[in-house]
Amino acid sequence: MTRELLEGSAAIAAAAITAGCRFFAGYPMSPFTGLLESMSRELPAAGGVCVNAESEIEGVNMVLGAAAAGARAATGSCGQGIALMQETIAEAALNQTPFVVFNMARNQQDYFQCTRGGGWGDYRTITLAPKDVTEAVAHTQLSFHLAELYRAPVILYGDPLIAQTRVSVTVAPQDHGPLPERDWVLDGTGGGTGRSRQVWTWAMGKATDPGPGPDRHWRAVADKFDAIAATEARFEQAHVEDAETVVVAFGTAALFVEYVVEQLRAEGHRIGWFRPVTLWPFPGDALAAATTGARRVLVFELNAGQMLDDVRIHAADRSAVRFIGGVSIAESGLAYGDLMDAPAIRDRILAALTGGASA
Amino acid sequence: MTREQIVIDTSGPPSVPARKVADPRPSLLLGEHSLCPGCGEPVALRLLLEVLQELDIVQRTIGVVGHGCYGSFVRIMDVDVLQCLHGRAPSCATGIKRVRPECAVFTMQGDGDMANEGLQEVLHAAARGEKITCVMLNNGVFGDTGGQLTATTVLGQRTKTSLAGRDAEAHGYPIPVADLVAGLQGSAYVARGAVSTAGGVAQTKRMLRRAFETQLSGAGFSLVEILTMCPTGWFVPAGEGPGYLGGSLEQSYPLGELVT
Repeated sequence: MTRELLEGSAAIAAAAITAGCRFFAGYPMSPFTGLLESMSRELPAAGGVCVNAESEIEGVNMVLGAAAAGARAATGSCGQGIALMQETIAEAALNQTPFVVFNMARNQQDYFQCTRGGGWGDYRTITLAPKDVTEAVAHTQLSFHLAELYRAPVILYGDPLIAQTRVSVTVAPQDHGPLPERDWVLDGTGGGTGRSRQVWTWAMGKATDPGPGPDRHWRAVADKFDAIAATEARFEQAHVEDAETVVVAFGTAALFVEYVVEQLRAEGHRIGWFRPVTLWPFPGDALAAATTGARRVLVFELNAGQMLDDVRIHAADRSAVRFIGGVSIAESGLAYGDLMDAPAIRDRILAALTGGASA
Repeated sequence: MTREQIVIDTSGPPSVPARKVADPRPSLLLGEHSLCPGCGEPVALRLLLEVLQELDIVQRTIGVVGHGCYGSFVRIMDVDVLQCLHGRAPSCATGIKRVRPECAVFTMQGDGDMANEGLQEVLHAAARGEKITCVMLNNGVFGDTGGQLTATTVLGQRTKTSLAGRDAEAHGYPIPVADLVAGLQGSAYVARGAVSTAGGVAQTKRMLRRAFETQLSGAGFSLVEILTMCPTGWFVPAGEGPGYLGGSLEQSYPLGELVT
């Protein structure tokens, strides 16, 4: 695999195709549009299909169908578009159909949307939040693996800086280990045998071969999400062992926070950083450990304080938690505003270190 | 019973002449349906399954079922099935067909499913010329939820949410789905049948057969709208369903092939 200079969207598309994605459907919406364009350009040559769907609802349902028929499939959008997909994401979580949703979001205000969802039922959505294009490439391939491993939709939560930054990347196949047999796939061959298959949220089975039924099925799905929560939480951290102050951030914002904290460390401050890589499952146990002994836990995210809830739930001392982020959007509404800036973040952290409570 | 007790008398002809008895049930039915007496949907299901069998495509067929009374058919149809969200079946079927072009892919949806919740889905699937077959079971009401007004309820028809009858001023006009789909370039076969008479049943079966043949030939999108009885949702005696259908729905939705 050669190193290429690619826009983030194109790099993610290449990673998806390398991971075996052969069906993609989406509706244009900035900054997701570049990914749709890349897939429509590249997927047919790889033997796949890319559909410019008439709406997000149609796109995600095409993907549900393609995935139920056995293809590695994906869709995407951002914010409002993901909102339209929530009904189907929930349905897929409950009927156990794996696919990947690329949320090339406009900002960090989709945290609740990604981690809580808007559908019905006892489901959760695995959400990966890369901090840059290189990690987005790795996460794309991991997303397809996790989706198939757990038979569940997975969201990759990017942003404009990931979608639209041109970087030098290598897209190489990854091996994440074995996957379960896909004996549930609808291939059409089950008919007329008395053993035809079904993908059904109610899981009641055929008359001749009753399934578990909704009660047992939904309990099993809930148990599965508990198991995922216990095993798939991912995080990164540095300097937390002796830190008086731990700064928590996710996605691209975490990249900026990491830079600033390293700077402050070099200047002699006892400060560390913690980054949830999976927003769900939230790495709560790790955060608790990382913040034990810290006098301050600062949360920097570019919204009104959404991950803040998860940090408060898990921090060793919730009274130590301070929010230092905020809504920060460019006039266009399509990019981050003034707060996504290392000096601005530095000012906020220093204000907190010197007694400032919150922004 | 002991061996000595079995005595076969071959001294005379059998009392009942041996004869072949037709199996009254298509072999693709796995069990009894649970729908109301007089419902037309089990008839439509049977026709569909018979056509799949006659075309010998049973083991390469995937069905997509929406939401409505017929949702229970998931359990008794011996074909691979995806039960999807209300209205979304044509989109799901699109995804399935695009990744498994060798399969025959059909949707089964009611009028509430296809015309209310999912009109956009079926229109765009038709416009794209998706090589799938959509079947709309049209009884003019939401049967599953107990007889409320749908987009296809005909003018004057009484429902639980149009107690004085559908009034265009208050409820708008009914939507002729087959006619809308017929106007789109991607549609290769569009027809409207009914299962309220013996002739209608035979004609509807031919329509379903042609719809699947159209799909298999790769010509484009196919749709069969089937008018079915819902005596429970119409609040008429079960035996009067066919007559009610003929006097109401069929007057607004003429039977026949619209695109061939």
